[in-house]
Amino acid sequence: MERLTVDVAIIGGGIAACSAAVALREAGLTVALLEKRLCGGGASGVNFGGVRQQGRDFSELPLSRRARVLWDGLGAKLAEDVGFEATGHIKLARSESDMAVLEAYARDAAEYGLDLQLLGANALRAEMPWLGPAVVGASLSPTDGQANPRVVGPAFARLARRLGAEVREHAPVRHAAHDGAGFTVEAEGVSVRSRSLVNAAGAYGGAVAGWFGEAAPVAPLSPNMVVTEPLPHLVTRSIGVVGGDVYVRQTRRGNVVLGGGRGTADSVDGLARPVSATSLGAMDKTLTLIPDLAHAQVIRSWSGLDGEMPDHIPVIGLSASTPGLVHAFGFSGHGFQLGPVVGEILAELVTQGRSASPLHPFRIERFAAWRGPYRSEGEIEH
Amino acid sequence: MSEPVPAEPTLAIVGAGPAGLRAAQVLTEAGLRPILLDEGHRAGGQIYRRPPPGAERPAAALYGFEAGRAQALHDLADALASQIDYRPDTMVWGIAPRAPFGFDLDCLGPRGHERIAVDRLVLATGAMDRTLPFPGWTLPGVFTLGAAQIALKAQGMAIGRRVALVGAGPLLPLVAHQYAKAGATLAAVLDVTPLGAKVTAVPRLALLPGTLAKGVWYTVAGALRGLPVRSGVRAIAVEGGRQVEALTWDDARGRRHRVACDAVGASFGLRSEAQAADLAGCRFVFEPVTRQWQPERSPEGRASHPHVYLAGDGSGIGGADVAELQGERTALALLADLGRPRDAAREARLDRRLARHAGFRAALDAAYPYPHHLVDGIGDDEIVCRCEGITAGTLRRAATERDAREMNRLKALTRAGMGRCQGRVCGHAAAEILARTLAVPVETVGRLRGQAPIKPIPLREPV
Repeated sequence: MERLTVDVAIIGGGIAACSAAVALREAGLTVALLEKRLCGGGASGVNFGGVRQQGRDFSELPLSRRARVLWDGLGAKLAEDVGFEATGHIKLARSESDMAVLEAYARDAAEYGLDLQLLGANALRAEMPWLGPAVVGASLSPTDGQANPRVVGPAFARLARRLGAEVREHAPVRHAAHDGAGFTVEAEGVSVRSRSLVNAAGAYGGAVAGWFGEAAPVAPLSPNMVVTEPLPHLVTRSIGVVGGDVYVRQTRRGNVVLGGGRGTADSVDGLARPVSATSLGAMDKTLTLIPDLAHAQVIRSWSGLDGEMPDHIPVIGLSASTPGLVHAFGFSGHGFQLGPVVGEILAELVTQGRSASPLHPFRIERFAAWRGPYRSEGEIEH
Repeated sequence: MSEPVPAEPTLAIVGAGPAGLRAAQVLTEAGLRPILLDEGHRAGGQIYRRPPPGAERPAAALYGFEAGRAQALHDLADALASQIDYRPDTMVWGIAPRAPFGFDLDCLGPRGHERIAVDRLVLATGAMDRTLPFPGWTLPGVFTLGAAQIALKAQGMAIGRRVALVGAGPLLPLVAHQYAKAGATLAAVLDVTPLGAKVTAVPRLALLPGTLAKGVWYTVAGALRGLPVRSGVRAIAVEGGRQVEALTWDDARGRRHRVACDAVGASFGLRSEAQAADLAGCRFVFEPVTRQWQPERSPEGRASHPHVYLAGDGSGIGGADVAELQGERTALALLADLGRPRDAAREARLDRRLARHAGFRAALDAAYPYPHHLVDGIGDDEIVCRCEGITAGTLRRAATERDAREMNRLKALTRAGMGRCQGRVCGHAAAEILARTLAVPVETVGRLRGQAPIKPIPLREPV
């Protein structure tokens, strides 16, 4: 059994956890990160790859705005081509009532400094003549875009290692506790003593919070994804719809990724799997948006396990029960874009006890009175 | 049996080659009516592939040594057609466990998408060629040996006018023999395994029963017919601008040779097509002689999953004769698990024959080892994953610079195995390259997880 003593132990190896390890090392603290499988291989690595501010809960927009700045320099910082391209994110309306939703959102988002352009049917077709007849209008966020989720988490983990963090993969955490003097984290093959503890355990974040007497109802969430063979470039922007039942983007390589609906999440083996009926449904919905894809071949489907909170926004902040414990989990299907800034925020919380970003909506105490389990359903907006 | 079994269980067999057909036969003998799902237009599998109607040729010309067995299988398929729910031209592209037990099969066939609920599953999914990259291997005109054979059996044509064949398994002399017999011009027949391995194996190979001896028989017959067969060759390379123009190699003494040709058939043994077993939730084990992961199979054909049965090359390379025996044996195991009366003598007879074949197979595998040593000769610029255009150098750098220690992580970082074939073509070579780069045994880098669809499906449902 390896024994480590560090300033900060981190449970989890997703982008939030790994970027926290980087930020904490940059702040001069010693760090041990414990990941049950491989860093960046969970929800961080198998998500849609949207780098999107548009459509977020307004409480997330300040964080998302701050994160967006980081994405411009992320490739250089990580020394990895993360595939980030500001293709814009366009949210489509399939009815007049959808359009009203987009108009209201654009108005309110402007107060957060997010500039959205509303497009009527004519303007939209002038730019994207390949859209199907069901689409009546859209809201465009030109500064949003997309990236390759598979490489971002692992690249953060490598940077954390280069900066001196102790990163342990295949080290599932069995238990963590505070004994009055500090934290003890027991993982497979390694035991860590630390002054501070970061809970970035994703779908398992609620369980970790529970070890410290804090309620946080996290439901497993497994977005269902499908991808086509590489195709000539057609889908110029990352596409979402009002209602969130389908979302589509085309990668630099040419593959069209389409998501929508849910796979199955097996909380026993911790793996999520796609559901073929859901895949076929997303394929149908994609065709109504982009009829030209009719002859494309689908080559793969997948899912990943994320944690979803009842109010669809994450828990980020200091523990209400245990000094030195900091939470960041339950990103509810939209943590990828936020990941890089969450690391910075976690480092601020550990080193200063406060963050430059407004975190009040994400406090764990909002679930203090929550009783019983929580089961999530419905669409995930993209 | 501890769990309730429906009175009329729905049974599905995937694959209508030798294994699947024999399994179907046993189940119909027991009064059951299994669903037989097959990607092929006509039953027979790869080895006994039948030409499309109207393009038939005599069995002796098509199947040579195995004409009798091919004919018997085809006759069986025709006889079974009315006793089973036979679905040709149907691809099983997804398999999902169903509560409380059984599976949902996602199928794409002539009637479009269909979801079929089954209680038990016999997987007889066969095998495909294993490839290894060499200079020029992606040029038009380079085929696998299996594809060269399919061209001959299904379409009655050779892959070129002047054909060079390269291989590392019994398929090489077999295809050479079939091509020579069909009148094709063979520019070269090159075995990358050393002749020594076959000489060492001869005492054991001499014990082979009838058809298992045919690899050796073809070697001898081929040599007798004056075919340009060479063993222990290295540094295979295909030359050509837009298509194959020549093949070059080093002989066992290191001398370079070159022959002009317009097509090359090259592959290096067989790999189990095991994605269906993977999606069904079967446990896999590493088979060290042929260096591949295969679904775990009991001697009677039971998979680790209690409702999945395995037969044929899809769960361990044994060849067509073994596949027939396994198909029969695993169907008997299935019937036993359903509580049907057992024929102990028949089971014992099959078990004895299968045990004998297993010993012979070990000798055959020793005669034709998977030439993983060739991996070291793959240049950094060589494309390994042809779907995505990923080079050996990219894979090696992912291991040395990007912490790739395992196949799925290698895929995530480099895109190797992420294309149309999902790593069915490049997976073995990529694993060998990763393992060699890390200096670890190849089994430690794992295997690519199967993902639906097993093969591509159209975004729009065909109608």
